[in-house]
Parts: sequence; C-alpha cells; structure tokens
Amino acid sequence: MINIMSAILILAGVFFYLAGSIGLLRLPDLYSRLHALTKADNLGLGLLAAGLSLHSQDLFIMLKLLLVWLAVLAASATSAHLIARQARRQETGS
Amino acid sequence: MNPASLLVFDVLLLLSIVGLAWASLATTDVRRSVILFIAFGLVLAVAWGRLLAPDVALAEAAIGAGLSGALLLAAAHRQPRLLTPESTNAPRNHGAAGAGVVLRWAVTLLCTALAGTLAWALLHVFSSTPHDMLPGAISANLAASGVSNPVTAVLLNFRAYDTLLELAVLLTAVLGIFALGQATPGYQPAGPVFDGLVRWLVPVLILTAGYLLWVGAHAPGGAFQAGAMLAAAGVVLRLAGRTDTGLPEGFVLRIVMAAGVGVFLLVGLALLLLGRPFLGYPPAWAGALILLIETAAMLSIAATLLLAFLGGQPESTGVKAAADRQREEISRC
Amino acid sequence: MLTTQILYALTGCVIVALGLRGALLHASLLQRIVAINVMGAGVFLLLITVAYRGPGLAPDPVPHALVLTGIVVAVSATALALALARRLHAERDDG
Repeated sequence: MINIMSAILILAGVFFYLAGSIGLLRLPDLYSRLHALTKADNLGLGLLAAGLSLHSQDLFIMLKLLLVWLAVLAASATSAHLIARQARRQETGS
Repeated sequence: MNPASLLVFDVLLLLSIVGLAWASLATTDVRRSVILFIAFGLVLAVAWGRLLAPDVALAEAAIGAGLSGALLLAAAHRQPRLLTPESTNAPRNHGAAGAGVVLRWAVTLLCTALAGTLAWALLHVFSSTPHDMLPGAISANLAASGVSNPVTAVLLNFRAYDTLLELAVLLTAVLGIFALGQATPGYQPAGPVFDGLVRWLVPVLILTAGYLLWVGAHAPGGAFQAGAMLAAAGVVLRLAGRTDTGLPEGFVLRIVMAAGVGVFLLVGLALLLLGRPFLGYPPAWAGALILLIETAAMLSIAATLLLAFLGGQPESTGVKAAADRQREEISRC
Repeated sequence: MLTTQILYALTGCVIVALGLRGALLHASLLQRIVAINVMGAGVFLLLITVAYRGPGLAPDPVPHALVLTGIVVAVSATALALALARRLHAERDDG
C-alpha cells in the first residue's frame, strides 16, 4: 500500500518535471520559461521528495528531504528573480 | 531491482553523460560550455550514486560541479576577451584552412585510438579473475581503524600519506594563485531577495558542514565534502557583495591555510616520537586522531577553495579599504 | 564480467577521448580548461567502474578514495590554471 502511494507520488513528480521541460522548450520568451522552470520543477521535486520519504519510512530521511526541497525552493526562486531582473535591465537599457 | 529496468536506466544515464560532454565541448560560446559542464558534473554525481559511491557523489556535486563551475563561470564572465584565439596566440588558427582540417582529423583519430586502447585494456581486466586482496584486507582491518566508513578509513588511516600530500597540493596551488596577483574585485551589494536568501542559507551551510564532518566517520561524508560546503558559504557571501566572506585576517589566515598539512604532520611526528610508525595510529586513539585531523583539514580545505575562488590574496577589510572599494564598485556599475 | 561495468567503462573511455580532443583542438583557453576537466571526469568514471563489484558486494573503497583525492586536486589545478590565464591576459594587455 505504501509502495503504491509512493510510486504514484513519484510518477506525479516526474510528470511535473516533464511539463516543466516541455515549457522550457516550447514557451516563447525568457520570463514564461523561468515561470515554467521554477513552478513546475519545484512542485515536481516536492512530490518526488514526498514519495521518497514515504518509501523510506524513516523520520530523519523525511526531514532531510524536506530540508532539500526548501533549499531548492529558495535557491531557484532567488536565481529566477536575479535572472529576470537582469533580463529586464538589459531590455530597458538601464 | 529488475535488471532490465536498471539496464534501461544505465543506458539513458550514460547517453546523457556523453551527450552533455559532447555538447559542452562542441559549442563555441564559452558560457554555454561552462554551464553544460556544470550540468555534466551533476549528472555524473547521479552516476556515482548508481555505482555505489556516495562519498564521491557528494564530493563531485559540491566540488566537481559546484566549485569548479563557479570558478569557470566567474572567469568566463570576467574576461570574455581572454577566450579569443588572438589573445593566446594559438598558431593552429593561422595558415591554410586545409592544414587545419587535416590536423583536426589526425587528432580525432588519435583520440579514438586512445579510447580504443583504454577500452581493450579494461575489457581485458574485467574478463580476468577479480582480485579481492585489497577490499578483503580493508574489511578485515576496519574495526581497528577508528571509523566504520571504509572510504574514510582508507583516506585518513590506511592511505593517510596520500591525503597529506593532497592537502599539500591544495596549499601549493593556493600559494601559486597568491603569487599571480591580487583577488578579483568584488561584486555589487545584493538586493533584498538575494540578501535574504544569504542570511539563512549561510548558517544552514555551516551546520551542514559540521554534520558532514561528524557523520563521515560512519556514513558517507567527511572532511572534503564539509570543507566544500564551508567554501560554498564563503562563495555565496562573496556573490552577495559582502566584503567579509568569513575568512580570517593576516596571520590567522596563514595558520588556517597551513592547518591541514600542519596538524597531519604534527600528529605523524608525535606518533614517531612515541615509537610508532609515521601516521600509524594506535587503535584506541585512532577515532579521535582522525576527527582532529579531519577538522583541521576541513578548515584548511574551506579556506583554500574560497581563496581560489577569490582569485588571490584578499584585500584587508579595514574601514578605509572598505570605503575605497565601495567607491570603486559604485563607479564601476 | 558485468554488463554495467562494460557499459560504464566504454563511456569513460569515450569521455576521456572527447576531453583530450577538446583540450588539443579548442582555440579558447577557457574551453581547453573545461576539456581537461571533462577528461578528468572520464578517468574518474573508469576508476569507479573498476571499483564496482556488482549489486551484492560492497565496492572497493581504495579507488573511491583515489577519485575523491583526484576531484579536489582537479579543482585546485583548475583554479591555478584560471589564475594563470587571468595573469596571461593582463600581461598581453600591457605588452
């Protein structure tokens, strides 16, 4: 039962990663691509982490995976902000 | 684990590794090349995990992809003119185009021949009966080594001399970097988003470094990974435009840089004076000695890698120097 | 002879060849440094593949320690090479 649930969560995470990658390839400009990368990929990572922590059934591993997810969330949000701000500056020529 | 699905995973992983290496070296844009190299390093870390080498995976992700990538990216950004052929007088770009093509084909054939020879040698090794001598000896002596992680035992006990020399190589590289010039100019102060990230990321990195150092005795981890995390904390502080990257000043900095090699040598010499072989730990004390050496090595590795990223001897953080630098940076951006 | 070992060993050889070709043929100094790093990664792949003894047995820890040492030495060599390149550029700017 736990295995089926964790498999579903992991598959859902992989689906969101796929959606993010398709967004990276198909969306027209930088900002929407950043949007696809940060939102879809981080949700995918969260589902992946949830599935893995369910599969391991160890509290310590679950906490470590949660910390990993939070760190990636913060880092990708910050880097997306920095990239978008720099692109905006280059566009408006400031 | 189903062997067929593992084979599919292996093939996909190896294809992405080769594809990323190819793409990184085939492009002419240097920044793209460096970013693809970082991605190559991270996928390689997955390969290390697949081959049951978690210590190496941690080190590759932190040092091989992370710090190497940061160094290369900073260099690519700082001096794009460095990369054109004229500035390095590459002779092979002058002369007839035909000679160039012949040379390229000759080198490609040579490299293919090299790959073929390596592959033949390795297949020969794999088809002969495997030697179990070293792994057997290590697992037999692991209990007396002071740690239970075999890689840490090999690094800091059975082959401690190699690690001592490696720390000396690190120190030499940093001394060479010192001799080549001053540190690169810093970055402008970060905006609120990046600054906010740095405020909580750096303490988490320091905590994780301490955890990796402690856990290296019985699980994947150790001094190198911990040192890389500390260096990453310093790199993040530097990128956020802070003048204080956590490095000590002057004399204390020299002590910290030499601490890795120094503590190793002191422990070895003390054991010599006590009548044991050089770096031959007594089994009762081995765990404590290894932890002592690893702590000094972690600080030394962190300082060395951070100094390598800074690119030279750091400027002093006196008030006047800080004011000078701020004026410089404002006039630059 | 395990299939995984053969696959990974062949990949390692290919990456060593790619890195060497890049190091010899590229025009820009920075890409040559990247190529040498790629070649180093290929060598590490070969070492760890030799250490892998199948899913049942624990791998041989000595090549793991060698590769760990190698990764740290590679990054310090890269840092020195980049400092040399920066100094080379500065010298050519002056003279």
